[in-house]
Amino acid sequence: MKILIRRFDEKSYWQSFEVPVKRGMTVLDALFYIRENIDPTFAFRASCRMGICGSCAVKINGKPRLACETQISKFKEIKVEPLDNFRVIRDLVTEFEGFFVKHKKVKPYLIAEADYENPVEQLQTPQELKRYYIFSLCIKCGACVSVCPASATLEGYLGPAALVAAYRFNADSRDKGKEERLKIASESIGVWRCHSAMECSEVCPKQIEPAKAVQLLRRASLR
Amino acid sequence: MVVTVIECDIAIVGAGLAGMRSAVAVAEKNRKVSVAVIAKTYPIRCHSVCAEGGSAAVLRKDDNFDLHAWDTVKGSDFLADQNAVEYFVRECPKEILRLENWGCPWSRNPDGTIAQRAFGGHSVNRTVFAADRTGFHEVHTLYERLLKYDNVEFFSEYFLTNIAIEDGRVQGIATIRLKTGELEFFKAKAVILATGGAGRLYGFTTYSHQVTGDGMAIAYRCGVPLKDMEFMQFHPTGLVPSGILMTEACRGEGGYLRNKDGERFMKKYAPEKMELAPRDVVARAMWREIMEGRAFEGEHGPYLALDLTHLGEEKIEERLPMIREAAIKFADVDPVEEPIPVKPVQHYTMGGIHTNELTETPVKGLFAVGECACVSIHGANRLGSNSTVECLVFGKVAGEMALKYVENAKETRISSEFVKEEEKRLFDRFGKKGEENPHAIKKELNETMDNYLWIFRDENGLKTALRKILDLKERFAKVAISDAVRKFNVALLSTLEVGYLLDLAEIVAMGALLRTESRGAHYRLDYPARNDEKWLVHSLAYYTSEGPRFEYAPVRITKWKPVERKY
Repeated sequence: MKILIRRFDEKSYWQSFEVPVKRGMTVLDALFYIRENIDPTFAFRASCRMGICGSCAVKINGKPRLACETQISKFKEIKVEPLDNFRVIRDLVTEFEGFFVKHKKVKPYLIAEADYENPVEQLQTPQELKRYYIFSLCIKCGACVSVCPASATLEGYLGPAALVAAYRFNADSRDKGKEERLKIASESIGVWRCHSAMECSEVCPKQIEPAKAVQLLRRASLR
Repeated sequence: MVVTVIECDIAIVGAGLAGMRSAVAVAEKNRKVSVAVIAKTYPIRCHSVCAEGGSAAVLRKDDNFDLHAWDTVKGSDFLADQNAVEYFVRECPKEILRLENWGCPWSRNPDGTIAQRAFGGHSVNRTVFAADRTGFHEVHTLYERLLKYDNVEFFSEYFLTNIAIEDGRVQGIATIRLKTGELEFFKAKAVILATGGAGRLYGFTTYSHQVTGDGMAIAYRCGVPLKDMEFMQFHPTGLVPSGILMTEACRGEGGYLRNKDGERFMKKYAPEKMELAPRDVVARAMWREIMEGRAFEGEHGPYLALDLTHLGEEKIEERLPMIREAAIKFADVDPVEEPIPVKPVQHYTMGGIHTNELTETPVKGLFAVGECACVSIHGANRLGSNSTVECLVFGKVAGEMALKYVENAKETRISSEFVKEEEKRLFDRFGKKGEENPHAIKKELNETMDNYLWIFRDENGLKTALRKILDLKERFAKVAISDAVRKFNVALLSTLEVGYLLDLAEIVAMGALLRTESRGAHYRLDYPARNDEKWLVHSLAYYTSEGPRFEYAPVRITKWKPVERKY
C-alpha cells in the first residue's frame, strides 16, 4: 500500500512509501516498517502501542488519531501528517512543552489535606467516583488541541485537555480546591474562549468529551 | 565547544512509577534540594502506564503481612531476599493510601472503601485496582503530585548515554537532548536509576517500544553488577498477534483458560489454584498445551482461549473495560461474545541492577529502583500486582536514601575528559555509511531470544543463542549513522538502544546457561528440578571486555526455609 508522509526537516515536503500490508496491521506498524526498512531517519513518537501512553497521535487522512490503534485496513490509501496547532520539530514529532505548561496551570492535582507519614483511607462511593472518572482517562495525546479553533487562534488559550483536567478534579468528592481552580479556568484564556465547535469531543480517542467538561465548568462559574 | 552542564542535587533517570515516586519522596522531606527528573519520554508516556491489573497490599482483617510475604517468597521459588520482602509488605498499604490521598481513582466497594480483587499466587483478594488501568492512574497521580513541588523539574526527552563516576562516587550523567540532538550533562551529587526492564530483548513482548534496558546496560558498563538476569517473566496471556497485555485480572475476575477441546487445562497442572497459579506455572502449562498440539491454530500460529464470556457484559465493562476495548481494536474479538486469542508473552525482568534492600548500588551516590533494579523481592518469579507497588515502596526508599546521601556529599564534577570521550564515542559513527542496519540486528536478536531464551530452555539452545548474540555484537560494530542531522535523530537512538540490548542479551543467555537447575521462570528441560544445594544463590554479572564474569551471592532467608512449591 502507498503511504504518504508529511516530512519536515527545515522545510516541509510529502514523501511516498510503499509498505507491504498484513491483516491486523496498524498505521504505527507501517511507520515502523518505513523506519526499519526504508528510511532510518524517519522521526515519529511511539511507545506503548496500546492506546494508553498518548505518544503517537498524528493526523491520518485529515483526522487526528492514535497511529497505534488505527487499522490500516480501514483505508484505501493513507496520508500521515503531524498534528495541527503544534510546532513541528522533525517529521511527525511536534513540540509538546507548551501543552504541558497549560496543563499545569489549572492545578491538575487533588487539593486536600494529607498526612504523609500516616495516610488515612478516605471513602469515595462508586457513584462519587463515576462523576469524574471518565475525565480522568485523558492520555494527553493532544488530538483535541490539534482540532480546536480557539487554540489555533489564541496561543494562550488553555485548551480542551487542560480544561478536562480542571473539571476532573473539581468533580472529585475529595477535592478542596474547586474555587481556586474554577477561577483559573474561567479567566479570559479559559472556558469562555471556547467556540463550542465541539471538534475536541469528536476526535478524542478516549471518548472523553472535553466540550462537555467546558460546558460544566462554565455552568459552575456562573453559580 | 560549548558544553551544557545542568546542575542539580539529585538526578533521577526515568519518569515511571519508581522514578516519580522517588522524586515525591525527596520533595516531601526537603523543598530546597534540587531534583531533576530526566526521561527519554514525557513522564506520562512511560511504560508504567501499561500496568493493568493492580497493586497488592494488606488492607483488611482477612489478610496479614506474613501471608503476603509468604505468598511472595513461595512465588519467587525462594530466591527472594526475605528481609526485603518483609519490609516491602509492611509498606505496601501506606503507599496505596498515599496515592489515594493524592487523588488516585481506586475502584471502590459500595461502602466507599478501596476494593480488592484476586490475583495469581495470592492467598486472598489483595490486589487494589483502578479498573484495569491501574498503572495509568498511578502514573498520572504521581505526575500530578509532582507539579506541586517547586524543587522538582522535569527534563523530558533526554536520553541517558552514560554515568560519570570518579573515585568510586557518582558525579552525574550524560544525556542526549532529543529536541536538539546535543549532548547535555547533569552534574549531580546523587543519581537514581529508574529506567525500567529489558523486555524489548524479545520480539513477542508486552513492553512499550521505548523500554530498552538503557539504565541496566549503562550501569553494567560502568562496573555495577547485574543480578539474576536469567529470570525473565512470561505472562500467560498476551493478545495474539500484537503481544498486548491481557491482564491477569481477567482470570482474577473469574475468566477461564481453555484449549482447543474446550478443556480448562489448568486442572492438570495446578488443581488447587487453577488459572490463578503464579505466572511461571500457568505460562509453562500453556506452552505444554501448545507443544503437545492442544492449541488452536490461527493465521498467526498457535493460541489458547481466554474465556470471559460467562462474566457478562456488565462486569466486563465495570472491571475490564480496557481489555474489552483492546481485544476489539487489536484482535477484532469482543470478549463479551467470544474468547480472546492469547499465548504466553515476555512481560517482566526479575533481575536488574544489583542493590541492597536500601536501593544502594556498590557505587557511592548511585541508587537503582523499580524494574531496572533487583532488590530482590521477586526472586525467580514475580507475583502479579507486586511490581507496581514495589516501585512505590522502594521509590520512597531511594528518594530518602539519596536525600540523606546528598546532605553530606562532597562537590562533584563533570570532567572535561568525560565530556570529550562521550562526544567522541557517540558521534564518531555520525554521517558515515555503515555496512549493517541496527534494526536488522535487533530483529535477529529478538528471534534468537524468542527461540532459545523462552519458557523452556536447554544447553544446546542456550549455546546456539550465545553464539548468535556474539555474532550480532560483531556485526553491530559495523553500524554507522548516515543521518548527520542531530535533532530527533532516531537512527542514533535506535543504534544506541540495540547496543544496550546486545550487552544485556549476552548476560541473560550466559546466566541461563550457567544455572543448571529449574527455578521459577527459569526452566531447563535438561535440569528440570530445583537444586537448592547448589543454586539457592543470586547470580551477579560483572562487565569485562571479554564478556560477563559471573559471581554468586547467598539469598537472605529470615523465616521461610525452601520447601516444595505446589499450587
